[in-house]
Amino acid sequence: MTAAAGADFLVLSGISKRYGGVRALDNVDFRCARGQIHAVLGENGAGKSTLIKIIAGVVPPDAGELRLDGTLRAFSNPAAAAVAGIVCIFQELSLMPDLSVADNISILTPPRRFGMIDNRAQRRRAEALLAEVGCEDVNPLLRVRDLPLSRRQMVEIAKALGQKPQLLILDEATSALTRADVEKVYALLARLKMENVAILYITHRMHEVEALADRASVFRNGRHIETFDKGARSTAEIVQLMIGRDIATQYPPKPARPRPAPALKIENLGWDNRLAGISLDVGAGEVVGLGGLDGQGQRTLLLALFGVLRGVSGRVTVNGRAVRPGSPAQAKMREIGIALVPEDRKTEGLMLPMSVTDNLAIASLPSLSTGPFVDGGKEKRAVDAAISRLRIRVAANSDAVSTLSGGNQQKVVIAKWLMTEPRIILLNDPTRGIDVGTKQELYRLVRELADQGAAVLFYSTDYDELIGCCDRVAIMYDGRILRELAGDDLNETNIIASALNIEPGAGAADAGKAADA
Amino acid sequence: MPNNLAIRLRQNIPFVTALALFCVIYSLYHLAHPKGFSSAVLVQNGNEVFTLAMVAMAQTVPVLMGGLDLSVGALMTMVDCFASYLLSGAAEGTPLSLDLAGLHLTLGTLPGGMAGIGLGMIICLAIGTLAGLVNGAVVVYGRIQPIIATLATGAIYIGIALFLRPQPGGKIDDDLNWAMTNSLGDFASTAHIFDDGAAPWFTPFAWIPVPFVLLAVIALVVWVPFRRSVTGRAVYAIGSAEGAAYMSGLNINRAKIVAFTLGGFFAACGGLFLAIETSSGNADIPQAGAYTLNSIASVVIGGTSLLGGTGGAVGSIFGALILRVISFFFRIFDIAPLLQPLFEGIILLAAVSIGALRVLRVKNTLELFR
Repeated sequence: MTAAAGADFLVLSGISKRYGGVRALDNVDFRCARGQIHAVLGENGAGKSTLIKIIAGVVPPDAGELRLDGTLRAFSNPAAAAVAGIVCIFQELSLMPDLSVADNISILTPPRRFGMIDNRAQRRRAEALLAEVGCEDVNPLLRVRDLPLSRRQMVEIAKALGQKPQLLILDEATSALTRADVEKVYALLARLKMENVAILYITHRMHEVEALADRASVFRNGRHIETFDKGARSTAEIVQLMIGRDIATQYPPKPARPRPAPALKIENLGWDNRLAGISLDVGAGEVVGLGGLDGQGQRTLLLALFGVLRGVSGRVTVNGRAVRPGSPAQAKMREIGIALVPEDRKTEGLMLPMSVTDNLAIASLPSLSTGPFVDGGKEKRAVDAAISRLRIRVAANSDAVSTLSGGNQQKVVIAKWLMTEPRIILLNDPTRGIDVGTKQELYRLVRELADQGAAVLFYSTDYDELIGCCDRVAIMYDGRILRELAGDDLNETNIIASALNIEPGAGAADAGKAADA
Repeated sequence: MPNNLAIRLRQNIPFVTALALFCVIYSLYHLAHPKGFSSAVLVQNGNEVFTLAMVAMAQTVPVLMGGLDLSVGALMTMVDCFASYLLSGAAEGTPLSLDLAGLHLTLGTLPGGMAGIGLGMIICLAIGTLAGLVNGAVVVYGRIQPIIATLATGAIYIGIALFLRPQPGGKIDDDLNWAMTNSLGDFASTAHIFDDGAAPWFTPFAWIPVPFVLLAVIALVVWVPFRRSVTGRAVYAIGSAEGAAYMSGLNINRAKIVAFTLGGFFAACGGLFLAIETSSGNADIPQAGAYTLNSIASVVIGGTSLLGGTGGAVGSIFGALILRVISFFFRIFDIAPLLQPLFEGIILLAAVSIGALRVLRVKNTLELFR
């Protein structure tokens, strides 16, 4: 059965999905047609990823129905969706690093001979598919592990192509690609479009929408806001749709004063093709934000400063002294005094089964010990002080930290680092997944720490938070700092425009006008 | 294409290293042995290595998936005990009965002669395979980590073995013992095939020990097809990146169950041979434990990563060979056997260190802890 181009292939109606208390998708209606490239746009956390996961059978929706070619379907796993012709190219690669390129490409349905996988036919098939995506240079015998990231992404695309998709979903599929490869992918998508494949294209890049999409849908806060045809909306209007209106949050006042001398000075820092030419100052008493889209190198930068990465180039000075910590243990030492509140509190921030006391004291044990032994009295006094300072709600200090609420757990992570009396505080999205009340406490705490002389570098995926909390915000794009915003320039329109790498003048100004209108 | 050969070689450095190491030390062993390069020495070595090689193959499959199977030694011992009842080859047949909790259950009679022996071997292999299937089912449907699931099932298997053979004993058909534990020539003359082994085309092969032939046959007939099946590749995929394997639409549960079942079959082959070789069954708990630990060592020496995803059962055969050849050296150089664990440990450490070299290339040290 071949339906005409333009006929609806996928229709979602009333789809909702919650994760705990967070509403990821709220009563979403959505349709996409054969022979069209349909762009899906939205801020971080707008619900795009959840949408794809539901379509691809990774997570089941709480409510609503999904129809393919008019037939009601419910996929229990990705395999079922793949059988129905839904093929997804995920941001996190779905390749097995220890298997060869040929194995990966034909992982589900390899060519067989006498019931066994026919390695030669499989290799030829891989060569043909790689040629189709313009990647003849990749030897199918190589292990995926031995390929650079950009090649892996092309292999992923070849693998998807080999599954003969009816609906192809690309989630930020070009973010790791070189410019030449991007052109090849565009050509491939144009061809698939002619072959009547429905294509969903998730992207943060405005110019990609202009170059590729036939239609676009904007998502915000888990809701489908609007779908429009190519050219029906200007870039500025699209940005405005993505921002919408937000609930006002209370932020502590920012002190008005001249910019202080830098406590942390980063000069021309680079690492492994992922960070390049980063120069940034953070003064004592200053809160500097790191913004931009997810995954533009912000986390990597914080890890580089904290001594986690090997082979970091460039120069980092703390209070005028050049430092090069080789591990977190060195970075936290008094001479350097850096603390990092990490990305994932459950794996990198806390030892969940250990007690609140153990977790709080773990980073500052040297100063709480006499000789090789932990001084119980000192430890108790320090832990009690930290608990009351951050108003952490605990029944007993000996309770496992896993029994606390998310917000209180995050306070424990922060308190643990404050106990080391750091001069430089690196925060990696510290308010993710915690309630509004605790967020406000953390905002006050961040400002208080700065007022006491700490230099704070604050990465957040929440633009509102960056504007409310930070004296300055550095926007990162593709491993570089694209722009620094301060004072009146520090507003949501400018942040989004910079994050999307739209020319500062025109697009941002238009978006500002649209916001006023 | 020479280029492709180079790629293959580079991807199999651990295996090639193990192969080369084996060739060197085994040649040295024969040079130093007074009767080196003789069929008699090869036969003796083959008998000593076969069971460990099979248990190592059994261990390889779960390890490729990123798990460990602590029940392989116990499973092998259990099959060994079953075999000591089922392979007596008595002409009048073997009556089978079970005394359990005061009940006497008669299970029928195993026929005598070759038919009975053949049937007995099939039953033994089936029992081991079933035990492997149980391991897989516990891991998949109980959602229990392989290492603890197999610790428990292993205790059950050794318990069954003890129930069957509270004391060592039993009997194996003499001809079967002779045919399986000697050279191909002896096998042919016992089985009265190829003119009792005197056929002109056969004599050039008559010196080859039966255990080595069995190893090669099992590797070629069972392992290689599995390696090249979709399920076999799914096992590698799970060990490499389980999340990616799931997202690619592979049937993870089936692959896990098949992996443990295949391991059960390999271990059963080992137990069967051990019974034939020793002409008895013995529920030896320390021996079962030693086999399990040596199987892990063999897997690692043979080039399979304990993290899963790379390696293979053929490498593990060579791992087991290396481990055994080291102990052969102690015999000919008359070194105190008490030093044997020390040297085995040093070799194991050296082999594992080669695998750890990749850590030096990691640039994000946080990845070392994931």
